[in-house]
Amino acid sequence: MSTTTIPRHMQRDRFAPVPETQAARDEDDFPTIRTAIGTAARLVTRYADVREVLGDAERFSNEGLPRRPTPEDGVDPRAGNLLATDPPEHTRLRRLLTGEFTVKRIRCLEPRITEIVDDHLDAMAAPGPPADLVGAFALPVPSLVICELLGVPYADREEFQGRATRQIDLSLPLEERGRVAAESRAYMGELVDRAWSAPGDDMLGMLIREHGDDLSRSELIGIASLLLIAGHETTANMLGLGTLALLRAPDQLALVRDEPGAVAPAIEELLRYLSVVHSGIPRLARHDTTVGGRPVRAGELLVLSLPAANRDPVTTDHPDVLDVTRAIAPHVAFGHGVHHCLGAPLARAEMAVAFPALLRRFPGLAPGIPFDEVEFRSATVVHGLRALPVTW
Amino acid sequence: MRIQADRDICIGAGNCVLAAEDVFDQDDDAVVLVLQEYPGPDQESEVRNAVAQCPSGALSLVED
Repeated sequence: MSTTTIPRHMQRDRFAPVPETQAARDEDDFPTIRTAIGTAARLVTRYADVREVLGDAERFSNEGLPRRPTPEDGVDPRAGNLLATDPPEHTRLRRLLTGEFTVKRIRCLEPRITEIVDDHLDAMAAPGPPADLVGAFALPVPSLVICELLGVPYADREEFQGRATRQIDLSLPLEERGRVAAESRAYMGELVDRAWSAPGDDMLGMLIREHGDDLSRSELIGIASLLLIAGHETTANMLGLGTLALLRAPDQLALVRDEPGAVAPAIEELLRYLSVVHSGIPRLARHDTTVGGRPVRAGELLVLSLPAANRDPVTTDHPDVLDVTRAIAPHVAFGHGVHHCLGAPLARAEMAVAFPALLRRFPGLAPGIPFDEVEFRSATVVHGLRALPVTW
Repeated sequence: MRIQADRDICIGAGNCVLAAEDVFDQDDDAVVLVLQEYPGPDQESEVRNAVAQCPSGALSLVED
């Protein structure tokens, strides 16, 4: 697929948004672009403007994309999808989940995350170099973590990972993505039904035990599907791209490997610099208004470029440079406002364990191919790498 | 400097706890708890960070 057919907000120049998108921060008006489904939208790129839109769910709705008719399986594809829901519905659903993602609850998972990371490093080391870091480490670690947390059998990973990747791959025809989405709902429907008859200690079991009366089957399927996709596609791509970025900055890599105090700020810098989520859900202006003093008309869709906002020079000096030693720069990599990433504490914990463990296990870690040959994957909702061959 | 927290607006993202652990905590539903309503001068920068990183606008500072 050529870059000309990829929606502009998803086009990247390796880690960075393409120059036209960066330049849009200095333009007088919001450029008009096409979304992945071909709808016209305005592109918002300044940090303050992106925060203004994301921070105001009353003026800007997440329910702006056209509704498709409920498919034959009778499972409303929107039900339980927190990303496509406005308050007060969104507030009701999110409150059922937030307790599972407190900083304290996530800390309790750290020993298990460490075990999972170590197991995968052992498996990667055993056959010796080279290895594909994405397939051997970056993808399976967050995938297993979210499976255990949710109560999804890890044995099914190849199927659901394949489906998750295809569902967010915009280079595939719409009908095929629709078919894959239906398969995903059917799979999750079986898991929900099984958990309903014997709820386990995992999140699906908790939701059914504690909130079973408040949630429809469609909502449970929607929530579980969202958490499964959001839980591994995002962190997986942060681990793959983050490792590549650190390999290109050996002094910074050494800090993350050797200085425990450098890890948390380094993760915030990698989140800012990589901004793997291109934009999240477009927002619909409910009525005529202004953003950053510029007019927006009722009914217009706004696409928020998270990587462009995170490289806005108002946030930090030299924003296009990776610098894990900088004073933590504010960023919107996890979004902002009521839809701010629910799993942010989990993602941060996984990265805080995974990066130093990987770099300590393989002190000689090096790219296995020239940088120019690394295959980036930007035609998907989450930016990432198709593979990252490494040696050590 | 006094910290104000609106627990009705809080969405439980936990950014404040990560930014200033001695000052903020979360209840079992992830809603913010202010451990120190009047943070000391040595905590000022991390508290300002926490307020700036709050995604819901639940946190604010009342200056002396």
